[in-house]
Amino acid sequence: MIDKTKNTYELTLDGEVVAFSHGESLFEISERHKKEVPTLCYDKRLDAFGGCRMCMVEVEGFRNPVASCTTKASPGMVVHTHTAKLEKDRKTLLELVVSENRQVETPELSGFASQELTQLANRYDAITGRFAGAKSGTSRTEDLNPFILRDYDQCISCYRCVRVCAEREGDYAINVMNRGFATQITTEFNSDLRESECTFCGQCVQTCPTGALADKKALRDRKTVGDIKKTRTICTYCGVGCSVDIMSKEDKIVGIQPAMDGPANLGALCVKGQFAYDFVQHDDRLTTPLVRKNGKLEPVSWTEAIDVAAKGFEKVSRDHGNEAIYAIASGRAPHEASYALQKLMRAGWGLNQIDNCSRA
Amino acid sequence: MSNPLEDMEKPDVYFCIGTNMTECHPVAATRIKRGLANGGRLIVADPRKIQLAEIADLYLPLKVGTDVALLLAMAHVIDRDGLVNEEFVAERTEGIQELRQHLKEFTPSWASAICQVPAEDIEKAAHWYGEAEKAAIYYTLGITEHICGVDNVQSLSNLALLTGHIGKEGTGINPMRGQNNIQGAGDVGALPNNYPGFQPVDDPKNQAKFEAAWGTPVSLERGITKVTALDQCGDRIRAMIIGGENTVVTDPDRDHCEHALKSLDHLVVIDLFMTETAVLADVVLPASSWGETDGVCTNTERRVQRLRAAVPPPGDAKPDWWIISELGKRLGFSGFDYESAKDVFNELCSLSPIYAGLDWDRIDQGEYQWPVPNKEHTGTPILHIDEFPSGKGKLKIVNLRDPAEVISESYPVWLTTGRRLESYHSRTQTGRSFGIDYLLPQETLEIHPDDVEKWGLTDGKLCRMTSARGSVEIVVEANKRSPRGTVFCSFSFNETPVNILTGSGYDPITQTAELKVCPVRLEIIEER
Repeated sequence: MIDKTKNTYELTLDGEVVAFSHGESLFEISERHKKEVPTLCYDKRLDAFGGCRMCMVEVEGFRNPVASCTTKASPGMVVHTHTAKLEKDRKTLLELVVSENRQVETPELSGFASQELTQLANRYDAITGRFAGAKSGTSRTEDLNPFILRDYDQCISCYRCVRVCAEREGDYAINVMNRGFATQITTEFNSDLRESECTFCGQCVQTCPTGALADKKALRDRKTVGDIKKTRTICTYCGVGCSVDIMSKEDKIVGIQPAMDGPANLGALCVKGQFAYDFVQHDDRLTTPLVRKNGKLEPVSWTEAIDVAAKGFEKVSRDHGNEAIYAIASGRAPHEASYALQKLMRAGWGLNQIDNCSRA
Repeated sequence: MSNPLEDMEKPDVYFCIGTNMTECHPVAATRIKRGLANGGRLIVADPRKIQLAEIADLYLPLKVGTDVALLLAMAHVIDRDGLVNEEFVAERTEGIQELRQHLKEFTPSWASAICQVPAEDIEKAAHWYGEAEKAAIYYTLGITEHICGVDNVQSLSNLALLTGHIGKEGTGINPMRGQNNIQGAGDVGALPNNYPGFQPVDDPKNQAKFEAAWGTPVSLERGITKVTALDQCGDRIRAMIIGGENTVVTDPDRDHCEHALKSLDHLVVIDLFMTETAVLADVVLPASSWGETDGVCTNTERRVQRLRAAVPPPGDAKPDWWIISELGKRLGFSGFDYESAKDVFNELCSLSPIYAGLDWDRIDQGEYQWPVPNKEHTGTPILHIDEFPSGKGKLKIVNLRDPAEVISESYPVWLTTGRRLESYHSRTQTGRSFGIDYLLPQETLEIHPDDVEKWGLTDGKLCRMTSARGSVEIVVEANKRSPRGTVFCSFSFNETPVNILTGSGYDPITQTAELKVCPVRLEIIEER
C-alpha cells in the first residue's frame, strides 16, 4: 500500500535508486532523470494516452514491457528504460509508423512539436522501407482555411490533436473516425474546419509530432532565406498576457509559436495570438514622421516633426495656458510609453491632464 | 483580478457576469472549461446566449442594464437564508447592519419582474454561490460599461464580502482586462488622479515625493478624464497628444468625438498606422510596434512581463518612449535623457511602491505579480488575504437605476455592443493580418428571428439602425443568441461604425461610457 501522506518514495531506475512522489508515472520520473525515453503520443499537458507504445519500459516481475506514460510508479519497482530488446522493439514500431507516411522530413515552421517523428526516425535509423505498402489517412487539401494545413497522409494516429482540443481547449471540434488503416481525424460531419466548432487556436498544429497538422500561414515562408530565430515575448492582444515565441527569418516575422512554459497560458493561444501577427510588417505601416502642410500630411525628418509638435504645444501654452493641453495614453503600448507620457504631462507641463483608453 | 489565472481551475462555483470570455479572453476561458471538467459548476448571467452560457449549469438571461436588480436579489437570498459568512463579515467588513436593512425589500420576485430571470433561478444562483466552499466572480465590460458601472461592481463586491469568497485560493472578484497593457497604463500613472502605483495626486506627501524625484513643481489638483477633455475640445482643451489610440472608432458617439478632435488647435498622434484618428492630426509620429520594441506590460492578473523585439521597425519608426523623450527635451523639460526602455522602467520601479521590489532584470521570467513591495518579496498572486487596502471591506448600499436612455416608441430595441473572437478593437491589427477575413469578413447585426420578422427585415440583407445620435447600415444575421428585443454587434469594423450610435451616458464616478445599452430602431433599406 502506498502511504499517501508520505511525499517521496524510491524505486530503481536503470540501476540507480531514485525518489518519486505519489502519482508520478514512470515516464515522468524517467524524463526527470534525462533517460530520453522516446515517445510520439505524449504531451505533458495532456492525460497520458499509451497509444504509441514507444515509451515502453521493462519492470522486473512484469511479464511484458509496459507503457511508462500510463504506468504509475510504485515503491521498490526495478525499471529498465533502454534494454537491447526495448530498443529493437522501438525501432520496429518506428519502421511501422514511418512506412505509412509519404515523407518523414517536415519543415520546422510546421509547428512546435513537428520535428518529433523526424528526430526519432533518425535516432533509431528507422527509415528502412521494411514495411512499405499500405497507407492511412486522407489529406484534406480542399479545406481552404488559411491557417491549418490538414495533411493527414502524414498522420500517425497519436490523437494528440484530438486530445488537446478536448482536454485543453474544451472545444471538441475534432475526433477520430474509423479504425486501423482507415483511421481518420475529422470534424463533426466531416466538414471543413470553418464549419466546425474549431476556433483556429492552433493548438492541434502545435502538438502534432509529424506536421500532418501544420501552420499553413507560417509555411508560406518556408523558402524565405534565413535561419529561424525565436524571440520570447508576450502576445499583443487581450489582457491574459500569453507568452509566445515570435519566429523570424532575418528581419521578417514568419510565425508565432506558443511558449509551453508561459505562466499565463501554459502553451495555449487563441486565433488572434496564434495567427494575427503580420500587421506588424504590413505595407500600411507608417515609416516616417508626417507634418500637416497646406492641409496635407507631408513626410519630414524627426527633427522637423518634433519641432513642429513642440511649437504647437508652446503656442497653445502661451495663448491658453498649460491647462489647455491634454494627453491620452494607450492600453496597447508598453509601460515605458505611458510612463514617459504621464511624466511629460506632470513634470513638463506641471499638470495631471492625462488619461488612458480604459473608459471606452 | 484579485486572484491569479491559475486559480481559474479551482472554484467549486463560477459566477460569470457580463463576460463573453470564450471570445474576448479565450485562453482564460480554457481554464474555466477545465475547472468544469473537474466538477466545478458554472453560473452565467448575460443578456446573450454566449458560448459560456451554452456550457453553463445555470444560465441567467437577464435584460440589459438590470444587473443591480439581479445582484441585490442574490444578496437578499444569501442574507435571508443564512448563507452569510458571519465570522468573515464581523472581522473583515463594515456596514453589515445597514446593508441587511437595505436588502430586505429586494426579493427574487421583485428582481425577476425587472431583469426577466425566473425567481427560482435567482434563488438557485444565490444558494450555489453562497454555499460553495470556493466561489469566484469573473466579469468584464458587461459590468462596467454602464452608467451604473460602479454600482454593478459594488454589488458584486457585496456578494463576495457577505460570503467571504475573497482573499483565498479559487475565489475572488476578477475583472478580465481587455487590452494587453490596459492594466499597465493605470499602473504607471496614465490617469488624471494617480501617480505611478496608484498614488493619489491630491495627497501632498505624493506631491512632495514626485517634486523631489523629478526636480520640478507638480500639481495637487486632479486632471480631468478623457471623456471630459473630449467634451471641452476647442474650448478649454486646445491641444492633445494621443499615443496609440484610435479614439474616433473605439469611443462612443463618433461624430462628437471626430468634431472634438477637429476643433483642436494642435493634435499630435503617435501610432503604427494612418488610423481614422491620425488623419485628423497636425503631426503624426510613427511608432515601433509589438515585435519591434523592448518593454514591459502587466496582464490582468497583475503579472509584470517583458516584451522583446524580434525584428527592427520599418523606416524611421521609433519606440514611443524615445519619441516622447525627444519631445520633452525639445520642450526644454528635464529628466528625459533616457537611453533605453530599461532606464525608463527602472525609474518607474523606483517611484512606485507596488513595483518597489522589481527592476528590468528581475522581471525577465515574468514570475512576479504586483504588489512587490521590496526586493525580498516574491509577489502577490492573491490580494486581500489578511486585509483590504482600506482596512475593512466596505459593504455598500446600492440602488437600481435605469440606463441613461430607455427604449421608447421611437427607439424600441436595445442595442448592446461587444467584441468578436477573430477581430480586435478597431481592426488596425487583425484587419491587416492575412486570413482573418476568411473567418470574419464583415460585421453583422445579431437579431432574434422573430424580431427579424417583426421589423420586416431579411436575413443576410442590410438594415438601417438608428439611435438618438445617428444611423448606420448593417447586415442582418438572424440567430437566437440575442433575446427578442435586444440586438448585438461589435464595434470593430470602420465600415460599420457602430459608435456613431452609442454614447447615451457615462458613469458619474468613473466616466466610463454606457456602451452596453443603447436604444435603437431598425428599418428596412429599400432596394436602390
